Amino acid sequence: MVSQMVKGNTAVIIGALYAGCDCFFGYPITPASEILHEASKYFPMVGRNFVQAESEEAAINMVYGGAAAGHRVMGASSGPGMSLKQEGITFLAGAELPAVIVDVMRGGPGLGNIGPEQGDYNQIVKGGGHGNYKNIVLAPNSVQEMCNLTMKAFDIADKYRNPVIILSDAVLGQMAEPLIFPEKAIEKEIDNSWAVRGNKETMHNLVTSIFQDFDQLEEFNFKLQDKYELIKENEVQYEEYFIEDADIILVSYGISSRLSRTAVDITRKEGLKVGLLRPITLFPFPSERLRELSKKGAKFIAVEMSNGQMREDVQLSIQSEDVKLVNRMGGNLIEMNDILRKIYEISNYHKKLKDTHLQDNEEENIEDPKRYKGFEEEDIQDCKFHSIIN
Amino acid sequence: MKILKKADSIYDIFDRKGDNSPYVTHYCAGCGHGILHKLIGEVMDELKIQERSVMISPVGCAVFGYYYFNCGNVQTAHGRAPAVGTAISRAEDNAVVMSYQGDGDLASIGLNETIQTANRGEKIAVFFVNNTVYGMTGGQMAPTTLIGEVTVTTQNGRDPDYTGYPMHMCELLDNLKAPVLIERVSLANPKKIRKVKIAIKKALKIQKEGKGYSFIEVLSPCPTNLRTNVEETEKFLNEQMEKEFPVKRFRDRSKEVEKVKREKSDFSTENLDKIFNIDRTKVVEPTIDPSYEELNVKIAGFGGQGVLSAGLTLAQAACAEKRQVSWYPAYGPEQRGGTANCSVVIAGDTIGSPVVESSDILIAFNKPAYEKFSQNVNENGIIFYDSRIGEIDVLNNIKTISVPVHKIAIELGVPKAINTVMLGVLMEYGKKINKEISKESFHQGIKETFRSKPKLIDKNIEILEAGSNWARENLKL
Repeated sequence: MVSQMVKGNTAVIIGALYAGCDCFFGYPITPASEILHEASKYFPMVGRNFVQAESEEAAINMVYGGAAAGHRVMGASSGPGMSLKQEGITFLAGAELPAVIVDVMRGGPGLGNIGPEQGDYNQIVKGGGHGNYKNIVLAPNSVQEMCNLTMKAFDIADKYRNPVIILSDAVLGQMAEPLIFPEKAIEKEIDNSWAVRGNKETMHNLVTSIFQDFDQLEEFNFKLQDKYELIKENEVQYEEYFIEDADIILVSYGISSRLSRTAVDITRKEGLKVGLLRPITLFPFPSERLRELSKKGAKFIAVEMSNGQMREDVQLSIQSEDVKLVNRMGGNLIEMNDILRKIYEISNYHKKLKDTHLQDNEEENIEDPKRYKGFEEEDIQDCKFHSIIN
Repeated sequence: MKILKKADSIYDIFDRKGDNSPYVTHYCAGCGHGILHKLIGEVMDELKIQERSVMISPVGCAVFGYYYFNCGNVQTAHGRAPAVGTAISRAEDNAVVMSYQGDGDLASIGLNETIQTANRGEKIAVFFVNNTVYGMTGGQMAPTTLIGEVTVTTQNGRDPDYTGYPMHMCELLDNLKAPVLIERVSLANPKKIRKVKIAIKKALKIQKEGKGYSFIEVLSPCPTNLRTNVEETEKFLNEQMEKEFPVKRFRDRSKEVEKVKREKSDFSTENLDKIFNIDRTKVVEPTIDPSYEELNVKIAGFGGQGVLSAGLTLAQAACAEKRQVSWYPAYGPEQRGGTANCSVVIAGDTIGSPVVESSDILIAFNKPAYEKFSQNVNENGIIFYDSRIGEIDVLNNIKTISVPVHKIAIELGVPKAINTVMLGVLMEYGKKINKEISKESFHQGIKETFRSKPKLIDKNIEILEAGSNWARENLKL
């Protein structure tokens, strides 16, 4: 097989082209713009369609139009742009149209910054637009997966006639790794049973999401929920790393999972039984597997670059709030020591805990913060003083 | 009821109102939509484009257009019909795409899509129903509401001091170069209605021939929201609307323009391989080699010093060497002049974090980079730095090597190529620590880095050699 050093954002376009994506509609936004650049370069080279839209709304509605015509279509953006796209995404879900959208997450809320973050989790995984719908969400963690999961996204989108979102981040978009190219290019046959293409076969088809009748709309909503149940049954995908005997399990996706993997390597060398469960599909979430593992008594640490948005899904999965969180926000990457410290804390690995620069008196405090009695007089005074100022 | 004549492009029975009234539209009595639907349907028949037609219905009273038009139908979000139409037209070159929109949809929430689609000259026909109010939502002020006109949101009449003036869409679009046809017509009376049909035919003929963008604004009655009877409605259209919005053909370039050219999509593996320079006879795949310990390299300096490309070349060389490798750039918001650094991880097995926190090799091209990253060099690690940095604090257990990169680069006539000199030094150093990346792999890396500037390849290989020679003579480890 052939491999080249390729950036994550480029790998998306390579995957899309080999998957038979016919149209790309996008709008510039850092750190997703490279996907747009690569699409503008490569799509026309093979006669496929590229339009730089006037806005994120126009871009996603072009995706809607291309999808309505039954073609494989895609778009890409980042946080602020994804917020704008939500209108089109709920329409895609409501009209049951297949489409692929890539979110290269950046720091938020608002304009935030262009650093890496994973704060779009709720907006993408839980819905984002109005109504009772779900996106299928895939979370790559390497350049290879940026390509492979983009290809897979088109297949799943077609299979369920549902939007699929690739939830990536600024690191994955920017970094380069050797990419093994897809084995062959796919030309997807257009499904004339529902597409509207301006020809005889499809002239009686209608693409819409309007149901004036309350009962009809309710029935449609139930039908959608059945579809999501089916997706939960069939499409859950995750990767396990040293899980079988693990007492402590890191749950992490995207770039954070790469850091978590290194943390597993380090702590395994020290004799700690640490493992990593990496959801590859965020909806559907690997809830059952997590529940199984929690029954075995494993403790969980969510490692993510958000305020614990994915942690909530872990908590729901294991039906317990007892899930620790290691996180950074604002464009900062999680540092290895952050993860190690939390692992050492849970496993009472005091010797190592010192090495991770925790202060001595905090170390005593690990098991139960409320019972801690070891403050020096001076510290207590400082504490009080501090709290008065605040 | 007996139907004497009906267009095939309009359905025989309208389901919208249920079984009791299969021939009645959902539109109010006296509304212009029904007339316009009929005219469009007749023209679709006459031009024989029914099978090719895709009708896009908006949000507004015409949202149910698909109950009437017997052709492919797509219903869209408020104001977005032209964007949806753009995509359908691009994806299906043979489709005759029609966007049917009201004034709130087209001139307010969808104004951007309207103008931009016209400006791109998309192959779609836009039918713009201007009745001066939001119909379906209950008669609010539209962008086209006349001055003094009473609506539910301008209860004392539209006051330009607070709400501006009516928008003239034909006039606005007439400033653009791309549109082929722009015309305003009126449904005020039967004579004018005949002219409406002529305009529709012109617009759809342009679509049939694939010539580009056509825009027909139709002044249309909305007696329900205007609260007028038949006579008053006609008077409103004739005397007030047409005064504000003159009925006229603004442009017709249909005879001058050619069919818009669109390429056919190519889905072959062969041509994709070609554009990505894939040679499937060669096998280059990262191998698993657990004996190879991970090597973490950090390269840092100013933006514009070739920091990122040096890292990428190193990574490409490692890739050619069939190693697992990752490259991750980090830079400030400024593209040039700011600080830049990159992480390169070379490994024998799957790489965890691609971000180098503590490095085995640090390459520093300036003092801030040295100061920032030298603290995080691993024990027994090494730092190579640009000799121009000058005096530095040497750290314990870490070898610190000053490399006259600039001097060497100048000698070879390319002062900017300090990064390539450093790569030559790395190539030599790799041998000493049992992490050799072959000369051929480095050459391959350089070839890929300079793929778009092939003239620079040979020179950079020469510079790489010079760096390597310097290291062979001067590195004493």
